[in-house]
Amino acid sequence: MPRDFTTGINWGREFKSSFAAALWMCLLTCPMVAFKINAAENTIDYRWNYLIYVAAGTFILSGVWRFMLARRDYIRQSKAEAEFEGPAPDAPRGPAKTWVDVVMSSKYRNQGIGVGLLVLASLPLWASPYTINILITALIYISLGLGLNIVVGVSGLLNLGYVAFYAIGAYTYALLNHYFGLGFWVCLPLGALASTLMGLMLGFPVLRLRGDYLAIVTLGFGEIVRLVLVNMGDITMGPRGISNISPPSLFGLDLNKVVKPVLLEWVPTMSPNLDLNKAFLFFIMMAVVIITIVVVFRLENSRLGRAWLAMREDEIACQAMGIDRTRAKLTAFALGATWAGLAGVVFAAQVTFINPTSFTFMQSVMILSIVVLGGMGSIPGVIIGALVLILLPEYLRAFSDYRMLIFGALMVLMMVFRPGGLIQSVRETYVYKPLEGGAGGEAKK
Amino acid sequence: MTENVMNNPASIIETQDVSMIFGGLVALDEVNFRVEKGSITALIGPNGAGKTTFFNCLTGIYTPTRGRILFKAPQPEGGDQVVPLRGLSPDKVTTLGVARTFQNIRLFNNLTVLENVLIGCHCRMKAGLWGALFRDKNTMAEENAMAEYSYQLLEKYGLSRAVNDLAKNLPYGDQRRLEIVRALATRPSLLLLDEPAAGLNINETRELKDLIHLIRDRENLSILLIEHDMSLVMSISEKVYVMEYGRVIAQGGPLEIKNDPAVIKAYLGEE
Repeated sequence: MPRDFTTGINWGREFKSSFAAALWMCLLTCPMVAFKINAAENTIDYRWNYLIYVAAGTFILSGVWRFMLARRDYIRQSKAEAEFEGPAPDAPRGPAKTWVDVVMSSKYRNQGIGVGLLVLASLPLWASPYTINILITALIYISLGLGLNIVVGVSGLLNLGYVAFYAIGAYTYALLNHYFGLGFWVCLPLGALASTLMGLMLGFPVLRLRGDYLAIVTLGFGEIVRLVLVNMGDITMGPRGISNISPPSLFGLDLNKVVKPVLLEWVPTMSPNLDLNKAFLFFIMMAVVIITIVVVFRLENSRLGRAWLAMREDEIACQAMGIDRTRAKLTAFALGATWAGLAGVVFAAQVTFINPTSFTFMQSVMILSIVVLGGMGSIPGVIIGALVLILLPEYLRAFSDYRMLIFGALMVLMMVFRPGGLIQSVRETYVYKPLEGGAGGEAKK
Repeated sequence: MTENVMNNPASIIETQDVSMIFGGLVALDEVNFRVEKGSITALIGPNGAGKTTFFNCLTGIYTPTRGRILFKAPQPEGGDQVVPLRGLSPDKVTTLGVARTFQNIRLFNNLTVLENVLIGCHCRMKAGLWGALFRDKNTMAEENAMAEYSYQLLEKYGLSRAVNDLAKNLPYGDQRRLEIVRALATRPSLLLLDEPAAGLNINETRELKDLIHLIRDRENLSILLIEHDMSLVMSISEKVYVMEYGRVIAQGGPLEIKNDPAVIKAYLGEE
């Protein structure tokens, strides 16, 4: 029966609720919107027409809101009904496929990824320095998001101090560069290692904690690291930060002096203002992100990854299955921190000046938002989440006054309509291929 | 240690004077208990008698305040060795060969049925971090072998059509069954079932009874179950222990237990 969700709607009631919402909003905003004190003439200006705008706007938004809710409930219910009736006999079993799966399982997957990578790699030849710069930032956040995803999305350990590891990576490079003149390539693994060790150090005291308690301890950890950086002025220069961090080198070649003139001559579309060191960093970050994706994917679908998932789902049952909880937790913290360390080193090389204000709690919240908005535990979700949350504000500079407002509204809407994130994580399905002789073969898809 | 000697060589697990004290509450009071190798033993008792606490002591979730728990752990080279379980963490106990299910089902809800069983295989797998990252030959061979083993196990116990369904979407009876299969995947020699029939209807309980028999015979293990469903307990178990207020008040065959005055008193009260 072709039935849509508008049939069950009681229009009168909906109208009334919207009207009530509009009235309520008018009352709420009346003092702010309708009265304006004219200080010059010492009178009050009444702006009743503003109230009408508020009322009209609220009325419409409230209607849209409930329309969307009704639609969501309708979809849920029809899904539940379909499940109740049982699947069609030839319907494939297993979790529903998202569009990402459709794309990723298509014939042209490899070609598609190849073309995408080529387009990305060619960006420095035609895009503006500004674009390259914010893309580096976006890539850094993808890496951060994927790292945090191991801890929060896969292992279910809420970490609100993730930015600490990012700071440790960045400061490892900045300090080693400042005091000992060590280069980017030496510091990249060192930064990652330092973060990993700090991850282990944080892991030990929180072994017994979970949920709210874990969140608070990690939050405290993030703040401690930041405060240490601020107050250890003798070493870290405190709030003044460390400047003149060297960009990455390519076999000691000065890219801007040697390569740039040649490139400018041959590639007319290249921006003359482009700092080739930034372009190089962009490639490095692309490589880091690709490695991160491969590693995180492999981890998730391994014995270790399953142990993390089991820990997320039920800690007691996970131990009863013979999983060493201590090890699972420590590896999750340490491996999650590694990526933040790598990203931190690249960040220090990108901005060449760091101080503790780059590593506040807001950054942790931002990274966590990327994971939650994108979809906990889903790699494509985290990538999309990072792109949305980092690139949108950059390109919507015109709305920068309302950025936090839009951000908050977006979060609320996401949690109501897509609680699983933009791209929900889908468990890998297994296909059973019977072999001759009664033996069975099992293959991953 | 000379004390690690079982009182009865036919036991697979034995507890010697195990007590568990929470603050001032004596949850278990010098429990002496044994499960004969290859048998189905039941543990019954009124609510709050300490049955689940006892399970938690056996599986390492609690460390008993006093007493010894001895388990005959099969060795990889063959043969058995008696090991004390007290003080071991739950994962170590499972690795030694004691698997359990839970009173309120504790499946990994958002993972598929096959993954649930694969996680059960965890302690029989070796791959570490490097194996996961580099996916070398051994790791992949092990992954595939375990996936196949899990599938076979699911097929054997009638869950193979749901391998890729999320565990939370299974009907209740199948969830109970999956929990047992998941426990079997750890390749235990002793299986502890905590109220396996709770919430099942009469038909499902009958199926469960067959399943328990089947498992004991096929997998060659010993089974210890806590259960409130008396008809199930009486028909399935070879030996029954009755607990009340943390003490074992009676033990014996099902018939003996049925007529034991102490048991009748514990359940029905005195005249």
